[in-house]
Amino acid sequence: MTNSANAGIVRRKGLGARVGRIVLFTILGLFCVYYLMPLWVVVVTSLKSLDEIRAGSLLGLPQAPSFAAWGKAWGSACVGVRCDGLAPYVWNSFAMVIPAVALSTFLGAIAGYALTKWRFPGADTIFALMLFGAFIPFQVVLLPMARVLGILDLAGSVVGLVLVHTVYGLAFTTLFFRNFFVGVSNGIVDAAKIDGAGFFSIFFRIMLPMAPPVIVVTVIWQFTQIWNDFLFGVAFTVGDSNPVTVALNNLVATSTGVKEYNVDMAAAVIAALPTLLVYVVAGKYFVRGLAAGAVKG
Amino acid sequence: MLARVVEKWLPRIVVMPLFAVSLFFVYGFIAWTTWISFTRSVVMPDYGFDGLAQYERLWSTPRWYVALGNLAVFSILFIGLCIVVGILLAILLDQRIRIEGAIRTVYLYPMALSFIVTGTAWKWILNPGLGLEHLAHQWGWTDFHFGWLVDPQMAIYTVVIAGVWQSSGYVMALFLAGLRSVDDEVLRAAAIDGAGPIRTYTSIVLPMIRPVFFSAIIVLAHLAIKSYDLVVALTGGGPGYATDVPATFMYSFAFQRSELGTAAASAVMMLVTILAIIVPYLYSELREAGR
Repeated sequence: MTNSANAGIVRRKGLGARVGRIVLFTILGLFCVYYLMPLWVVVVTSLKSLDEIRAGSLLGLPQAPSFAAWGKAWGSACVGVRCDGLAPYVWNSFAMVIPAVALSTFLGAIAGYALTKWRFPGADTIFALMLFGAFIPFQVVLLPMARVLGILDLAGSVVGLVLVHTVYGLAFTTLFFRNFFVGVSNGIVDAAKIDGAGFFSIFFRIMLPMAPPVIVVTVIWQFTQIWNDFLFGVAFTVGDSNPVTVALNNLVATSTGVKEYNVDMAAAVIAALPTLLVYVVAGKYFVRGLAAGAVKG
Repeated sequence: MLARVVEKWLPRIVVMPLFAVSLFFVYGFIAWTTWISFTRSVVMPDYGFDGLAQYERLWSTPRWYVALGNLAVFSILFIGLCIVVGILLAILLDQRIRIEGAIRTVYLYPMALSFIVTGTAWKWILNPGLGLEHLAHQWGWTDFHFGWLVDPQMAIYTVVIAGVWQSSGYVMALFLAGLRSVDDEVLRAAAIDGAGPIRTYTSIVLPMIRPVFFSAIIVLAHLAIKSYDLVVALTGGGPGYATDVPATFMYSFAFQRSELGTAAASAVMMLVTILAIIVPYLYSELREAGR
């Protein structure tokens, strides 16, 4: 990606090439508009009053920008029968995503390390079998998972969701770390073994300090996946323990009197903000995760 | 001595619980769901074997055919459009653009969003009264009518619109990486032989990156079969069940209608479909990696 100056098609010169450049930038620009338009519409709608939404243009800037809809979406809009806005559900999502990301990343790191640097008979088979978990349609585990959560007395709880996301995130995090550790020279590990270092001391003192790039990619990937999850959230939580995606969907579907499109849009922005921020700050790592995810999908 | 033995077995001792978790929660659960699909289970699981009765029921349910039809329409258009847009954008971005990084960021940000957010946004944009239709009226096109969202015949196409918006940037990134892997020498040779840019791409570069098409199709097919959130947020499977897909069908039978056996049978059908796509792909990938 970095040597883009040498990449690409060989260019022609002259007037034709200049016209070509103009066409090129026009098309690229139009696609930028296409991708940004929904975000624009959502944000400007969230800042308008209902009267202005009905009278004004879908794309127009708000005449009298107001954060009233944001306040309502955050603190007093009705989600089902409860009218406390999205705030409690945003906290649910954080309470779910932080432990689930930490656990699945840590366990994936250990598994990826053990499977590559301490190769034992059957390690590849174990990895292949674990990796398969990343591909299954989750519909096939919904029913038994609901029963197991019931038996563990975790049904409808945020803790239950942490368990679910950790278990099904493991295939992925193991894949990320395995692919990274495979590239680390065995010589370093062998030397440490001769010096008497054991399994865990090599892991914590040598491997983890080398791994920040893959840790960042994994954490960002897992954060985005788990924050954005809807299926597990809607299947395994009820009302008060809903993550924010489920609450957003319920908020939009809740119809008490007048439909407040500005509140719906503000709620959508609130639900999207954490992952959008991560993308803006660390987009490079997010894209790397996507590329690694191409193996999985 | 004991410490030595423990040390030797430690990697296995650490991996085994994780492996056991995966065996239980993936393979055990698949086995459970498959077994339930062969029983008479309704509200509660009933473990008595009942043959293929649930599959016969499933395949005689009109709603299941609606779901399959929608999945077919959605998959074909979603995969096709994403690939067309993805290739086009990748080729255009591959022309030594100075602000490529910024443009790529714009094209890819929808991937960071939840499908629920995407669905909510597009539901508003496509709102029959106040969305695009309203805008077209204001721009003077007063007899413009756009009611796909509430039209049982057309609603599935709104899911395609939103799905392509969200995922096409990702396909662009896959193809761009593929284009970058093509050796410059090849391009230079093509130019010396007098091939124009269009010829160079259609008959030299794109055939060279065939594996990218392959993985893009796999990834998108996988996304399409699992698609659940987007349909729920955009149409809720409606009007009626006009935009049902297998994923919403399964959820509805499992959690709303409490017909566990039929729900399990539909989940197994989804799994089988994914396996048919993924296993050959995974097999070839792992063999490549092992070489």
